[in-house]
Amino acid sequence: MGLFDKLAFVAQARQALDEMGIDPFNVEIEEILSPTEARIAGRKVLLAGTNNYLGLTFDPRCIEAACQATRSEGTGTTGSRTANGTFAGHRALERELAEFFGCAKAIVFSTGFVANLGVISTLTGPGDTLIIDGDSHASIYDGCRMGGADILRFRHNDTVDLEKRLRRLGDRAKNTLIIVEGIYSMLGDRAPLAKIVSLKKRYGFWLLVDEAHSLGVLGQNGRGLGEECGCMDDVDFIIGTFSKSLGAIGGFCVSNHPELDLVRYASRSYLFTASPSPATIASVRRALQVLAAGANLRERLWANAHRLYEGLSELGYRLGPEPTPVVAVYMGSKEETLACWKELLENGIYVNLVWPPAAPKGESLLRCSVSAAHTEEQIERIVSLFGDLAANVGLRHAPA
Amino acid sequence: MAVPQKDYAEIFEAVKAILERFDKVPECIREEMEIVNDLGLDSLRVMELVQEVEDAYDISFTLNELAEIRTVRDFVLRIQKEIEA
Ligand SMILES: Cc1ncc(COP(=O)(O)O)c(C=O)c1O
Repeated sequence: MGLFDKLAFVAQARQALDEMGIDPFNVEIEEILSPTEARIAGRKVLLAGTNNYLGLTFDPRCIEAACQATRSEGTGTTGSRTANGTFAGHRALERELAEFFGCAKAIVFSTGFVANLGVISTLTGPGDTLIIDGDSHASIYDGCRMGGADILRFRHNDTVDLEKRLRRLGDRAKNTLIIVEGIYSMLGDRAPLAKIVSLKKRYGFWLLVDEAHSLGVLGQNGRGLGEECGCMDDVDFIIGTFSKSLGAIGGFCVSNHPELDLVRYASRSYLFTASPSPATIASVRRALQVLAAGANLRERLWANAHRLYEGLSELGYRLGPEPTPVVAVYMGSKEETLACWKELLENGIYVNLVWPPAAPKGESLLRCSVSAAHTEEQIERIVSLFGDLAANVGLRHAPA
Repeated sequence: MAVPQKDYAEIFEAVKAILERFDKVPECIREEMEIVNDLGLDSLRVMELVQEVEDAYDISFTLNELAEIRTVRDFVLRIQKEIEA
């Protein structure tokens, strides 16, 4: 005991879940069958909570690229980017990312989490100021804390609150780094980027946008919210991940500031962790090509997103603020939400169970995410099973 | 630093008034009470409390300094310092 005492509350919560027979935070995918299907607890299940927005995890072109790279370059780099872990592919991917975003510089990190840690904690330090959205991802919070700058938080997507905080900073505002997300991972809503950019013109701060859930999803070419809002030039830094629309693992930062390259030499989460494997780099390079040419994939994705959002909304469910590929469904208390999650799984649908504080505003969620790979019938099946659930839970939390 | 008593008392009353609007907070709020342990505020309601105070006094608190506040008194003193800054 001793060190583990502080985890007693986890043990208690886990026991309750164990009694239920399946732990929603420790699900085993026994067999993955396709981007949208798996076997869980012996049952074939439709996946509706994977962040696999373009469905590229089984794309034959990406698989072939990964296999070839493994055969010719081996299974791992066994070193960090700074030592022996930068192969030609890593460099090529950085050039291709820079080109895709129309930016001067790009850095590839081992994950998106690590990209946020490394970039934010290296750009800001004691004496600097950060303003972040209250609903920011854990990696943004941790990157901010690691750097040691003063951290201010504004109410989620509330530009009036953001402006108050900028005004209160006075002269310090112009050297402040503001961080928002393209699409928020839990509620699926976009940041009000056009308004934030107009504040930037007035207050002159630095702007970082985490496009983890919006890369390949928003903008004509899939570059994200910056592209959709026509303000790529006003965003100083874009952070992204290979783990969602690109179907692999890894992260990156792109910027038009030539000094971004200096971050390589100062960021501990770049210096002291192994680089992505050749297979990962090769599949991501191929997936980026597919994504860039993927207007049809984006069309299918959005058609599915609208179909699911509208279907659930017609059933009377209270949902996240706007239709996007992340569809958040409010179900009531933690216990009610858990019961619904379990019932959906037993009926063959996997969604993400999200409890506070991971879910904002103290409310529990069933978080669905749709993919371009979902068929119309699959989306209808999800809606229909939520319909059966609605009948059972009596929809106490639906709007009147 | 000499604490201007009146300001402190005024701020304390204002914070108390905000806290009294939260449900499940004990009726008698005293300065030495801890905001989380004694008043039972979870992280979400602490955030609401802080935001109400920030709006009322037109100030911003950093997450860093909030981490050091335990009691109602700590909070009132911190507000006072911020107003005087
Ligand atoms: C907004 C945001 N940023 C960063 C990350 C981390 O990405 P990765 O999975 O590549 O570590 C995530 C993923 O959960 C995210 O939602």
